[in-house]
Amino acid sequence: MVENDRWGSLFAHLVLILGVALVIFPVYVAVIASTHPPGTFVRGVMPLLPGPNALENYRTVIFEGRSRAGTPPIGGMLWNSFVMAMAITVGKLSISILSAFAIVYFRFPFRMFFFWVIFLTLMLPVEVRIVPTFQVVADLGMLNSFAGLSIPLIASATATFLFRQFFMTVPEELMEAARVDGAGPMKFFKDILMPLSITNIAALFVIMFIYGWNQYLWPLLITTDPEYYTIVMGIQRMVTGGDSEPLWHLVMATVVLAALPPILVILFMQRLFVKGLTETEK
Amino acid sequence: MQTKRSTFSNSWLPYALLAPQIIITLIFFVWPAGQALLQSFYRQGDAFGVRPPTFVWFRNFAMLFDDALYLNSLKVTLYFSVGTTVLSMGLALLFAVMVNKMIRSKETYTTFLVWPYAIAPAIAGVLWWFIFNPNIGILPYVLEGVGYDWNHRSSSNDAMILVIVAAAWKQISYNFLFFLAGLQSIPQSLLEAAAIDGASRFKRFWNIVFPLLSPVTFFLLVVNIVYAMFDTFGVIHATTEGGPSQATNILVYKVFRDGFVNLNMGSSAAQSVILMGIVIILTVIQFRYIERRVNY
Amino acid sequence: MATIVMDDLHKVYAGGVKAVTGISLDIADGEMIVLVGPSGCGKSTLLRMVAGLETISDGTLKIGDRMVNNLEPAERDIAMVFQNYALYPHMTVFDNLAYGLRNRKFPKDEINRRVHEAAEMLEIAAYLDRKPRNLSGGQRQRVAMGRALVREPAAFLFDEPLSNLDAKLRVQMRVEIRQLQKRLKTTSLYVTHDQLEALTMADRLVVLNGGKIEQVGTPMDVFNKPASVFVAGFIGSPAMNMLDVAYLRDTGAAQGLSGLPQGTDLIGVRPDDLLLNAPEAPHLSLTGDVVLLEPAGSESHIYVSLAGSSQPVTMRVQGLPNVLEGARINLSVPLSALHPFASATGLRVG
Repeated sequence: MVENDRWGSLFAHLVLILGVALVIFPVYVAVIASTHPPGTFVRGVMPLLPGPNALENYRTVIFEGRSRAGTPPIGGMLWNSFVMAMAITVGKLSISILSAFAIVYFRFPFRMFFFWVIFLTLMLPVEVRIVPTFQVVADLGMLNSFAGLSIPLIASATATFLFRQFFMTVPEELMEAARVDGAGPMKFFKDILMPLSITNIAALFVIMFIYGWNQYLWPLLITTDPEYYTIVMGIQRMVTGGDSEPLWHLVMATVVLAALPPILVILFMQRLFVKGLTETEK
Repeated sequence: MQTKRSTFSNSWLPYALLAPQIIITLIFFVWPAGQALLQSFYRQGDAFGVRPPTFVWFRNFAMLFDDALYLNSLKVTLYFSVGTTVLSMGLALLFAVMVNKMIRSKETYTTFLVWPYAIAPAIAGVLWWFIFNPNIGILPYVLEGVGYDWNHRSSSNDAMILVIVAAAWKQISYNFLFFLAGLQSIPQSLLEAAAIDGASRFKRFWNIVFPLLSPVTFFLLVVNIVYAMFDTFGVIHATTEGGPSQATNILVYKVFRDGFVNLNMGSSAAQSVILMGIVIILTVIQFRYIERRVNY
Repeated sequence: MATIVMDDLHKVYAGGVKAVTGISLDIADGEMIVLVGPSGCGKSTLLRMVAGLETISDGTLKIGDRMVNNLEPAERDIAMVFQNYALYPHMTVFDNLAYGLRNRKFPKDEINRRVHEAAEMLEIAAYLDRKPRNLSGGQRQRVAMGRALVREPAAFLFDEPLSNLDAKLRVQMRVEIRQLQKRLKTTSLYVTHDQLEALTMADRLVVLNGGKIEQVGTPMDVFNKPASVFVAGFIGSPAMNMLDVAYLRDTGAAQGLSGLPQGTDLIGVRPDDLLLNAPEAPHLSLTGDVVLLEPAGSESHIYVSLAGSSQPVTMRVQGLPNVLEGARINLSVPLSALHPFASATGLRVG
């Protein structure tokens, strides 16, 4: 539409610049805070310009940790978070794509029943069944383990539904052609369906990775051994761990490191991220 | 529910394919949910096995609704959810409408607005906790300048505002993306027709854009309420821990406290059951609405 | 190379819908059979039953000497060309062609030889490294053909393979497929809803309606002696005109009708057999008003509303005739060109 409206567009830019500022501000403050020496936070107002201590602060949190703040070096926690996020992502994707394949490409007794069981996972988030789920994991001896951190979280109705949705749009004839070409179900899955799903897998991978990395309540429940702490929950230990004011320069360095991997994932795979987000929720 | 026109015939393979998903769901979802349901009807026994658990019908539920703390938690959850949803969706809609006007800078603004999605709720909480820190935080400093003495450690209102801001901030990018997608799917020709019909820009938004966005808005409403009620545990836990004096003790946080810290299993289970009821209702609403668009 | 024998084939869907009822057909080795009919007539279902993509509810199906009712599609030694081609989008043309052979564990050099041979034959050798999305519609069609060719199967099954092409390409591919089939002498079953495709390509064509066979015969047989009102209306374009015998008697044209077989109450006349100038041979004479004159290049269609009746008829004449819209004209039909039907049964009489 031809709309010659200089003020309107100026106003829009203004709103958006303020919006972007609002969105960036907290993280900007964190980055700045992570570059200052501890003394800065004793009194006065937090600084808004970088300080001289960046290298030292990051070195401290990554390699040494602060026993006083009740945290181990976060190098290990970063690794734990990465392993947990990857295990959750790969696990979710694998079991979801297999279930969707079964539900779309086979007809068998109790198919609908299984579909509803999967659907149930949507209605039972961890948050509403905290205690009994903890009990089950404890009974299975999965506390303080990567299996315990990841396996209970990998059942996913959304991923299954997304794959199902996508499989329904794959032309019928492809499967028929593959059958005529002598491919059995698993061969068809491996040779045709998986390669065709690759964009969807990648998009879901982005979403799931962020989901896995940002887990908070679950690791909090089932890890008591600092060796299995993940970075996101570790921050909480640092903030509320001591009686005194938290060591803000170290907390913020940790915050930056904890937020960086998922932010990078989003920035570098924005297209996939948007696709994954808007399509899983349909 | 459809399958393909022709399907593979194999008597055991589909079950094998479904097995991992179903087994995990049964062990880690259905079984604990059943346990919660069961426990919610019992009064727990003591630790020494002297007094066995007793079946108490709905007493746990009755006690909950007699409990001022629980009723307070319901109220707090309501305020928190509504506040978070309205703030986050309002800002997101504003940004989406503005970005949708842009041509060259659309991508750039989008990139800048989407990345907070990557930030965990707990971290969002810590960030705002820092900014609002009564001693050194920048916002209390600014507020002091206009005569407001901010302290979320003692003021219930301040604490509530803090957690709402943190929770809403993190959710803006999600809402923004969906609003933007919704706006982009509105045919330009409709707006052109309205312009030819002499509708002002404001009228075009209210009479055409907004009604056409209503499916997205409704969907986001449900998603945001679910988010505020269940996914914000980290925001609370990493910052106010429910305080001061229960002012931010939302339902999910209370279940956790009563179960893990206060070890009141019967009450915690009953609370879980109520929460499940809420999720089920929200999920059903969401899917009934989606069903109209997508045929399952 | 093989015969295909269908014996009393039935297809009943889970909901009780009968898609195919009592089809029996013997297809000779090397024969090109075209299944033709309107949508929903069961032609595709029947083809898919032969392919093994639909189960056979009742009856027996033999390909060669084998009863194949319960064999998987891959075990039936058939190859199929799909309407939308069903090319694997992520594979190159070469891999598309080779996939079926690889699954059958053919040695590498044999696969190479066959793929290149088929590619030469179909003139797609230059595109072997491309992905399907980088090909034109016609090229995709050839790749789909190639995938069937390399298999050197006992039979080709074609499921409306030309319906996604534009008109010009369709004619070209029609000719090529027919030439190829004649050269290879592979038994073929070809499904189409296009009567012209059926007439031009078939050794024999099978007209299906409502899951049953209406007529089987060579194209000329079916065109010249349609076995039912349905076939008469479906084969030939523009469609055959149907005239009530009662009407013809009223118009005084009765004298010519005495020779018709007993029970005839409906007369079919091809648009080409309606003439503007009375022939010398015995004929019927009719009058009517020209409703519309439709020039179509080398021929013209004249739509005429017959006098004393609202029955419109279509006639086809060469060139541009000297008639005016709205004018009353005389028409003649040679008696030899009348197709007698009984309206009660819908079948040809005599």
